[in-house]
Amino acid sequence: MIYKLFNLSKKNISIFLFFVASPLIKADWFALNMTRGSTDISNEVFELHMLIFWICVAIGVLVFGVMFYSMWAHTKKKNPVPAKFHENHKLEIAWTIIPFLILIAMAVPASKTLVKIYDDEAGDINIQVTGYQWKWQYNYLEDDVSFFSNLSTDLDEIYNLVPKGENYLQEVDEMVVIPAGKKIRFLITANDVIHSWWLPAFAIKQDAIPGFVNTAWTVVDKPGIYRGKCTELCGKNHGFMPIVVKVVEQSEYDDWVYGKKQEAIKLAELTTKEWTTGELMERGEGIYQVNCVACHQTSGEGITGIFPALAGSDIVMNNKDRNIEILMEGVQGAAMNSFSYLSEVELAAVITYTRQSWGNAEKGDGEIVIPKDIVDYKEPKI
Amino acid sequence: MSAVIENHHDDHHHGPAKGITRWLYTTNHKDIGTLYLWFSFAMFLIGGAMAMVIRAELFQPGMQIVEPEFYNQMITLHGLIMIFGGVMPAFVGLANWLVPMMIGAPDMALPRMNNLSFWILPFAFFILLSSLFMEGGAPNFGWTFYAPLSTTYAPPSVTFFIFSVHIMGASSIMGSINVVVTIMNMRAPGVDLMKMPLFVWSWLITAYLLIAVMPVLAGAVTMMLMDIHFGTSFFNAAGGGDPVLFQHIFWFFGHPEVYIMILPAFGIVSHIIETFSRKQLFGYSSMVWAMLSIAILSFVVWAHHMFTVGLPLAAEIFFMWATMLIAVPTGVKVFNWVATMFRGSLTFETPMLFAISFVVLFTIGGLSGLMLAIVPADFQYHDTYFVVAHFHYVLVPGAIFSIMAAVYYWIPKWCGNMYDERLGKLHFWLSFIGVNVTFFPQHFIGLAGMPRRYPDYSLIFADWNMVSSVGAFLFGFSQLLFLFIVIKTVMGGKKATDQVWEGAKGLEWTVASPAPYHTFSTPPKVD
Repeated sequence: MIYKLFNLSKKNISIFLFFVASPLIKADWFALNMTRGSTDISNEVFELHMLIFWICVAIGVLVFGVMFYSMWAHTKKKNPVPAKFHENHKLEIAWTIIPFLILIAMAVPASKTLVKIYDDEAGDINIQVTGYQWKWQYNYLEDDVSFFSNLSTDLDEIYNLVPKGENYLQEVDEMVVIPAGKKIRFLITANDVIHSWWLPAFAIKQDAIPGFVNTAWTVVDKPGIYRGKCTELCGKNHGFMPIVVKVVEQSEYDDWVYGKKQEAIKLAELTTKEWTTGELMERGEGIYQVNCVACHQTSGEGITGIFPALAGSDIVMNNKDRNIEILMEGVQGAAMNSFSYLSEVELAAVITYTRQSWGNAEKGDGEIVIPKDIVDYKEPKI
Repeated sequence: MSAVIENHHDDHHHGPAKGITRWLYTTNHKDIGTLYLWFSFAMFLIGGAMAMVIRAELFQPGMQIVEPEFYNQMITLHGLIMIFGGVMPAFVGLANWLVPMMIGAPDMALPRMNNLSFWILPFAFFILLSSLFMEGGAPNFGWTFYAPLSTTYAPPSVTFFIFSVHIMGASSIMGSINVVVTIMNMRAPGVDLMKMPLFVWSWLITAYLLIAVMPVLAGAVTMMLMDIHFGTSFFNAAGGGDPVLFQHIFWFFGHPEVYIMILPAFGIVSHIIETFSRKQLFGYSSMVWAMLSIAILSFVVWAHHMFTVGLPLAAEIFFMWATMLIAVPTGVKVFNWVATMFRGSLTFETPMLFAISFVVLFTIGGLSGLMLAIVPADFQYHDTYFVVAHFHYVLVPGAIFSIMAAVYYWIPKWCGNMYDERLGKLHFWLSFIGVNVTFFPQHFIGLAGMPRRYPDYSLIFADWNMVSSVGAFLFGFSQLLFLFIVIKTVMGGKKATDQVWEGAKGLEWTVASPAPYHTFSTPPKVD
């Protein structure tokens, strides 16, 4: 089992050595502190951080100063006869009360900022954010726009086969787009395990919890691209589900929404189209790579003991109805969740792909699934 | 019948039994203390080896050595082994060796239970480690095992993990009951509560914390077991449960647990600073009250680990203020140590070096803890390397340095030989440099935005991660020197006097070095 997990081949080692020097050029010795925020709230949080940081430094300098002085001046050599004092009530009361006052000085501004962050009013634009193993879904509640956002960094970069790009692990196939100057409210939840949606520039970090909705809001004035990450351990690809938000002017945002709606219409048309096996396979492979490969693997072999193999699976090869049912409903008590949020075309394509790949077509019934099959499944059963 | 009784009677007057049975059947507090200490050292090396795997993977951006799946197993086991196998048993071992000698008792109050509480531990860790070789791999959900990642989405080995945690919990509870009963009932005449050595006080408080919270942990893992195997939905929203409930229960155990790992360290460091300053501890009673306040406050701050789960505003503010309040008694302790050193007559033997660096580095960890208590700032710090740096500062140069200080301080009493001072100092400096090079840069990478539990990271974090890894290798390999020093001291060395250290005070320094197999068969006279 374990040898599989160490992917040390000769090739890998030499590539590893070749790239040893590369990050030194790109990396940053000055990435030492929190960066100043991009919103009023995140700036306030930054100021708060710096305030408590300097207070802590001052306390440290004072306490360690006395201690280091004592270590220098009160050695056995310089001070052979130790003093006899102990317990001094005035001093003890002072070092209880003074820290208490310092703490209040920190807690009051912190509480004030917190009250501002806890604003429950609806936003101009409300976006539902849903965490999945291992991607984010964004649902624009007013405009009915919905899409998934996946890591777009190439696996070859991660496995050191090609040099890493500038936005290594911080790039996605589809960014969240929001207009500048508008109040955006995020309604954050999850579909499987707990994730956490963190965007440092907005000072937003909210856990995405299955079955519950947390909220956070922001107003960003400056257009630009802002990057964040998942910050709650959510399984093996926890480190590979970044967040990218693109802030644009209102007019550009309106164009973007229009474009997304046109896309949705085109996708709906595809459902009624006549599909060939080849077309479904081609589309299915892409969907499989994004949604299934993390658990079931490119080879369709899964991971023994946790993620079942699809290659050679009786259900996949011979039971089309159960096949559709599993994707629509998930498997109770297992890591396999419902994928009913995919479109009919996507579902048909990916099921066809698993039924046709890895020799399954030859060993099983070899039938394909077309979008209409999924539509039929969704029809109320009489 | 009478023959049996006679045999039994005879045992008491002989030294230890021969061979392996001495260790298997022993009811002697010193033997059991030794077993605990060696066991915890073995676990420290195993957990440390896992840390080396983690740091090797993080040496460079990109995946090089392990897969993310295995990386998650490493971080999970590293945390569990270091906490439950490294730090906690080491403190229990020290309690076994020292508490009876410090209060003038002949042994622990419940010697057979003492044997049992140790000997179930190796099985717990055997089960936990064997999960590495199971289908689906070892637990991979972090040492905090948040549901539903640890229930519905867990590998099958989670059931073994639950069983293992139950055994560890049983061991801890038995060990704590033993400590409480011993301290409450077996103090020599004249050892009043407010005259007890601070290490004894710290362990009395720790033992009560353990008895209070280990059952809570047992409850949490039992609910997980029910969710996984018996169709309940405690932590499953789809069945009407609540994943956040898990976190409340876990941290109601988890936060007192943090103090369980630091209170005995407070006791140890107080003794060592007092001895090598050759001056009475500045404020004994305020030290006791500070520890009691910390222990009580530890029950009302748990949700500061959960500021981002979506608590109501009132809860956030309450837990922020309550958490900050802990800084007051903690400050009292630090000021007391400094005041004890002030105008003392200081020497810097290895235990003192570890104790002083404990005070400095633990305080740094405490100050970053204060920063973490500030909720709006915590939204930026939470689950980043800043947190990793914070808790490693309080646990490694905190808890673990105190354990090393204790070993150097008391080992002459345990085996009658002085350790090699030059090697001890070398070990200290290597560890001190290693620890800081490892964990100080993690503050930077955390603030710059690297989340914890990431097997791979963006390029801006590369430099400091590499530095951190180099420090970790230095620290890790330096501990082999510690092993060597301890073995060398056990094998021989300069003979220790009974008092061992010029400034040492307390009953344990009145018995011979090495301490005889049975001490204080009749209670000592204490003024």
